[in-house]
Amino acid sequence: MKLLGFLLLLAGWIITLAAVALLRTMPQRGAFVMAGTGVEILGVILVLRAHRLPGGAGQ
Amino acid sequence: MTPAAACLFFVFLAPLAPAGLALLNTGLGRSRSAAHILLASLCVMAVAAVTYAVCGFAWQGFAGGPAHIVNVAGKPWDWIAAEPPLLRGRPLDGSLPSVAVLLQIISVGLAAMIPLGSGADRWRLGASCASTALLAGVTYPLFAHWVWGGGWLSQLGSTYGLGRGFLDAGGASSIHAVGGLTALSIAWIIGPRRAKYAAEGTPSAIPGHDAVLVLFACFLVWAGWLGLNSAGAIIFTGAEPGRTVLVAVNTTLSAAAGLLAAVVITGTRFGKPDASLCANGWVGGLVASSAACAAVAPAAAIVAGFVAGLLVTLSVAYIEWPLSIDDPGGAISVHGVGGLWGVLALGIFGSFQDHVEGQWLAQLMGIATLLGFVLPLTYALNWLLDRFYAQRVAPEGERQGMDLYELGAGAYPEFVTHTEEFTQQ
Repeated sequence: MKLLGFLLLLAGWIITLAAVALLRTMPQRGAFVMAGTGVEILGVILVLRAHRLPGGAGQ
Repeated sequence: MTPAAACLFFVFLAPLAPAGLALLNTGLGRSRSAAHILLASLCVMAVAAVTYAVCGFAWQGFAGGPAHIVNVAGKPWDWIAAEPPLLRGRPLDGSLPSVAVLLQIISVGLAAMIPLGSGADRWRLGASCASTALLAGVTYPLFAHWVWGGGWLSQLGSTYGLGRGFLDAGGASSIHAVGGLTALSIAWIIGPRRAKYAAEGTPSAIPGHDAVLVLFACFLVWAGWLGLNSAGAIIFTGAEPGRTVLVAVNTTLSAAAGLLAAVVITGTRFGKPDASLCANGWVGGLVASSAACAAVAPAAAIVAGFVAGLLVTLSVAYIEWPLSIDDPGGAISVHGVGGLWGVLALGIFGSFQDHVEGQWLAQLMGIATLLGFVLPLTYALNWLLDRFYAQRVAPEGERQGMDLYELGAGAYPEFVTHTEEFTQQ
């Protein structure tokens, strides 16, 4: 789950880069950059959950 | 007064920021690790300065200097500087770029000291120095080039019409968010302090050992931030020296609002204001002011600081439980969360003389880069380091305290306390 989370972080960043480089209009860019950031937030959630301690806390 | 002379004056104030941060981290840690964390702060500053001078600046560079540029879809993307190592390509002659070198040496040290707050009481001295070398030699220069060295983030305005490109006068992103995300990686990798979490997962409070140090440090970091933000505004946003009055007012108001937010929240939740959380609110307000200090009105600085105070105070509790991340100094909340909010605040509240569209998008690109590139990179580097050189001290070291175990002597030899946890061994 941790690795998947970090892959999602990278994937979200690449989406934002591609949106800026390849799309032309501001609304399109805005939508895709926000979508990429959303993917990153999913990745952060996964990494946070992967690092949570067994039984709800402690490591 | 020329911009370079004014800037040099402000840069001389800047070391008060790392001095204050060192005291803050010391006060929020345990008394049996106090000398260790102060010495670690000095060592980290030393390693950061040398590493940055050897190779960091060569990769960060200065806007307009030599760089490696890749063309993507017909547009230039400046990825990394190509200065010679050991500062050989930059004459240190009092010009603005040469003053920037001095500011950057202090800034990289400040960024490297931030993870000491999250790793307090269990992060080995050697490991913190090795991790600092990675931050000062790789992570910081790379991201700082993109923001301050003429890199692709700063060029988003001229190449793609996103406002004025990514803006950050005082380092909310390149110093604080980078440091805060590294602090998060360190906290994940070395795990919580012994006895922090009970078997069923409930956290126990381990209060800082000296509230006086913590609160006095708030005054020091305030003075340091006035220097950092003012110098950054002149060097990296081209502000006139006279505009530093606005920068100083915004910095102060943001810190004040952050503190008041923390007082209100802790007073409401606990019945009385909590000194350490209020100090975190103050520093969180300073961090949030860093990006936008030269580009917002004072009223906006108050709002940004107040929101930072709320975010920092609430996230300190949330990170401890239920996220189970042990961060004794609150570094992740103050510098990570506060820094990311500060970057976004410029996109929301930034006001410019000429109308610019898409500034918020440029700022969002900076946040996406911090989360999607800097966090995985800094985690991977520190994880690899941990494979070769264990970053966490041995259990015996935690029981004795870092002072005795790693330094051989305590910070307060006249006041020896043996807690139940210690005497059981």
